[in-house]
Amino acid sequence: MIDLSLDITMRQGGFSLSVRDAAPVEVLGIFGPSGSGKTSLLEAIAGIRTPDEGEIRIGDRILFSSAKRIDLPARDRRIGYVPQDALLFPNMNVAANINYGRHIQGDFESLVKILDLQALLDRRVKMLSGGEKQRVAIARALMTRPSILLLDEPLAGVDRERRDVILPYILRIRKELHVPLIYVTHDREELGAIADRVLHLGGS
Amino acid sequence: MTAETWEIARFTVLMALLATTLVLPFAIATGWLLARRQFFGKALFETIVSLPLVLPPVASGLLLLWLFGRRSPVGQALDAAGIDIIFTWKAVVLSMMVISFPLVARSVRAGIEQVDRRYEQIAATLGAGSFRILRTITLPLASRGIAAGAILGFSRALGEFGATIMVAGAIPGRTRTIAVGIYTLVETGREDAAWGLLVIAALLAFGAIYVSNRLVEQRGEA
Repeated sequence: MIDLSLDITMRQGGFSLSVRDAAPVEVLGIFGPSGSGKTSLLEAIAGIRTPDEGEIRIGDRILFSSAKRIDLPARDRRIGYVPQDALLFPNMNVAANINYGRHIQGDFESLVKILDLQALLDRRVKMLSGGEKQRVAIARALMTRPSILLLDEPLAGVDRERRDVILPYILRIRKELHVPLIYVTHDREELGAIADRVLHLGGS
Repeated sequence: MTAETWEIARFTVLMALLATTLVLPFAIATGWLLARRQFFGKALFETIVSLPLVLPPVASGLLLLWLFGRRSPVGQALDAAGIDIIFTWKAVVLSMMVISFPLVARSVRAGIEQVDRRYEQIAATLGAGSFRILRTITLPLASRGIAAGAILGFSRALGEFGATIMVAGAIPGRTRTIAVGIYTLVETGREDAAWGLLVIAALLAFGAIYVSNRLVEQRGEA
């Protein structure tokens, strides 16, 4: 269950994003057109971007609070973040990427199995397709046993037919690992398949 | 080529290699600070770092002479510890380090600036601290810039003249480098011997610049 509470304002280049949301769900969808601040919102939750004001909480754990002057560094937040372009470390192979955030032994095997990565482990990152990169990035983020996994348009760089191949992996994470997800997209159809509840950004 | 020529060439290459190796940790730390950190007095720090690049090397040499000479506290402390720097091979290395430092630091900085910060941010979300991020992400991804900087610094060290002649002199067999050697040989009317050194210097410079350019090209492609 996600028990995420968001009440933040971010201003960047004349654009301001205010989000208020609080309700426990397993998969929270965030929907909005490009430029509505979806990625900025994920970065704020992950601790990469600092909101101008407000508060971000998971349960009673405060990640950020301008009033209380709390800004937990990204490395202490235990938030898994998979950016749109996966950002696999190009100087490491697939296995080393997955193991970068290793905290607890034993996760590796099951993650590799769930995401079907056995055949890719020795590959250089350059040799992977868009969908494979996404799966490796998801495994890498899950190795830290995050309290939430943030997925930024995981299907954006993938063509139509391949989407139907990747979506089941994401549903498996939800079902087998019980990791709460925040799933960002500009495609309503995708959200219908996965999200329990949808947060709309950008007023559309 | 005479035995003397080879001896001078060997000594110079050895000193330049040592200087480059010793200067790298400082250059990497400085390049990283300039590329990735904001701090009070950064503009001033940046200027001081680049100073040996524009200051006449002879002037840098004079500063070193003053700093490490017997009359300065640093020189006295070293003297008390039994360490002699001025007019020894250590002064050759020191001059090379000071003169090549800004070149190496600037190249390292450019290399680090080319690394997409988002890799570092992702590493942080995976629980990595600053030092682990530097060691496993930033430096490996900036390795070509660092290598190019090291080669550039090495080449500059090979040709060092002004600071070297001030603090190390031109003692045959002890502190005489290629650049200083060419000058003193011509001055003493031994131009033929100077030509030998010139050929070696040209070959070394050619090789270093060729490798450095190739590294920069590959970085552009990656």
